[in-house]
Amino acid sequence: MHRHLLSAADLSLEDAILVLDTAEEMSRVSEAPVRKLPTLRGRTVVNLFFEDSTRTRISFEAAAKRLSADVINFSAKGSSVSKGESLKDTALTLEAMGADAVVIRHSASGAPHRLAHAGWLQGSVLNAGDGTHEHPTQALLDAFTMRRHLRGGKGDLSGVRVAIVGDVLHSRVARSNVLLLSTLGASVTLVAPPTLFPVGVDKWPCSISYDLDSVLAKTDVVMALRVQLERMSAAFFPSAREYSRRFGLDSERLAKLPEKAIVMHPGPMNRGLEISAGAADGLRSVIVEQVANGVSVRMAVLYLLLGGAPQADIEYRTLVEA
Amino acid sequence: MSGYLIRGVQLLGNDQVDLHLDNGVIAEISEPDKRLKVTGAKTVDGGGLIALPGLVDLHTHLREPGREDAETVESGTRAAALGGFTAVHAMANTDPVADTAGVVEQVWRLGKEAGFCDVFPIGAVTVGLGGERLAELGAMADSAARVRIFSDDGKCVSDPILMRRALEYVKSFGGLIAQHAQEPRLTEGAQMNEGEVSAVLGLRGWPAVAEEAIIARDVLLAEHVGSRLHICHVSTAGSVEILRWAKSRGIDVSAEVTPHHLLLTDEMARSYNPLYKVNPPLRTANDVQALRTALADGVIDAVATDHAPHPIEDKDCEWQAAAFGMLGLQNALSVIQQTMVDTGLLSWTQVGVRMSTAPAKIGQISGHGRPLSPGEPANLTLYDPSVKKVVAQSDMASKSSNTPYLGMTLPGQVQATFLRGYATVLNGSLTR
Repeated sequence: MHRHLLSAADLSLEDAILVLDTAEEMSRVSEAPVRKLPTLRGRTVVNLFFEDSTRTRISFEAAAKRLSADVINFSAKGSSVSKGESLKDTALTLEAMGADAVVIRHSASGAPHRLAHAGWLQGSVLNAGDGTHEHPTQALLDAFTMRRHLRGGKGDLSGVRVAIVGDVLHSRVARSNVLLLSTLGASVTLVAPPTLFPVGVDKWPCSISYDLDSVLAKTDVVMALRVQLERMSAAFFPSAREYSRRFGLDSERLAKLPEKAIVMHPGPMNRGLEISAGAADGLRSVIVEQVANGVSVRMAVLYLLLGGAPQADIEYRTLVEA
Repeated sequence: MSGYLIRGVQLLGNDQVDLHLDNGVIAEISEPDKRLKVTGAKTVDGGGLIALPGLVDLHTHLREPGREDAETVESGTRAAALGGFTAVHAMANTDPVADTAGVVEQVWRLGKEAGFCDVFPIGAVTVGLGGERLAELGAMADSAARVRIFSDDGKCVSDPILMRRALEYVKSFGGLIAQHAQEPRLTEGAQMNEGEVSAVLGLRGWPAVAEEAIIARDVLLAEHVGSRLHICHVSTAGSVEILRWAKSRGIDVSAEVTPHHLLLTDEMARSYNPLYKVNPPLRTANDVQALRTALADGVIDAVATDHAPHPIEDKDCEWQAAAFGMLGLQNALSVIQQTMVDTGLLSWTQVGVRMSTAPAKIGQISGHGRPLSPGEPANLTLYDPSVKKVVAQSDMASKSSNTPYLGMTLPGQVQATFLRGYATVLNGSLTR
């Protein structure tokens, strides 16, 4: 494993399976009467959130606490950041406090990359979502959920057919999922109106389609992405109703899926836009499980980045300081 | 006798001659492989060095007035002299904007006082670069600064009727509009070249078409009203094709390319290091190749640096928050050697044309870009193409250090620069 998790591309097949297998172990901790391991005792994990995301933050917080780490929540609102403090000065502050890992959510693509590589701090950096770039732990929890349902919680995802539907252009979830799922051997089809694909998507390790209905019958997993309504004013699509008609998941569409196919959504959902209430709450939906699995996967990542090799970390620091 | 005697220098990379500079002019040039007998002159060993006409930059951001924390006329022209330049054109996007005779005269005067190279101010096309009404172009042309190039660089004159009027208006005093070609609606919030790399990085794309559409429109406008047009920092293969077509049609258009667009690609953005954030953005390897070919065959007339200093805090941050722009003056000739000379695309004589003669002609400045002949102004640079060095921040004479070549090994070194016979640089260092 790398020292940081910035992109799903940082994970080799072996790394990805190690994270998923470790997450299976961690999920047993979450089911035990005492939901806590002493692994990261004395280590400090900072949740550095420049964007509001209560669900991701509490997921990381729960994960770190179940591993007995000290958790500091640093949210941009009400902090010096809202008074114009730079990312660099924030990083130097965290470094001075001795952060072993920084979990960062930021609206600027690449902000975690800068935090990891600009020489501002030495701890591990975990990308908890950066702009329209990536959200690797979301992809890991999605892969974990798919593997449990379709592969018995073991091995890779070879042969699994995944359709990801929605605003690919602005979606960090889509980018991370395409990278991780292709590493794990799944075949991914992205589905969206042409306006919501980035130029250059043809070089990604996946297929693309403009027609959801033609894809569904050959799909084991269908994942709807959140659509932001302000996209309409920028002419990405004409209206919410038209989007819904052409790309929304509803019960009629789900009837076209193979029998064991599952329905996913990274949340938060716009019910009635990209997914109907019937689809979100139906039998195929594993959306609530995704949330629970998020904690296990984040425990695994924190454990592997921080707990796995404390000695190597100390050696690295000695090297840097010398 | 006095002045400088340069022994055994290769004139434009060809014959080995002695050059005597005296009273601000080239006093005498020896026959090839012959020596001059001069007494009382300081001798400069020209062995292994190439003599080029003093370089002329069409596109320099000196930041003064307003952003003296990033660069001043003095610090910027020091960097220029170290890069072999004897003249630079100072862009108008200062604070206040160079949109009045007062501001352009101030910049012109600061250049004279600094004395490291001649500074020719560029005037803004529109008041405050606002793109709404014409600045007093005639007043700037008639001022002591004698402005001939007008540009809203940093912003595009995107309003077609305003662009048409500007092209027409400057004809009365032989002016030239230098367009920063960027369709604003197609590039709102744009961060880097739109393509394969931006798709992966999740950075908002700056499509090639946003440059090409404006160039296509403006060459047609220039043809329609019979005016001259200059295109700043051409960055795409498609722009080259449009310029090739326009020139073949006889349209009076000239164009420049930056050293960084001849060397670097959008792959650099994968580091998310804002040192590589520039406008127009770094493009693809295919674009780089097309730009090199265009500079070689003359479709692109000149090299211009777009030297754009920024203080550290504007680059030591996340990509999206960072300023656009990179330093260019000091390493320009090295990058041209690597991309154009060492690749066999240009001879040193042609480098002299692209970096001195052509830009001086486009800028209509006298005394620069002249042949290296007796009686001509002694504006020249001596360059050693044989050395290789690693670019370090500490080498930058600029007040800023945002060079994209940091840590790269580049060939060549400017050994001496002469401005009207006065050595601004000797032995690779500023003389004061």
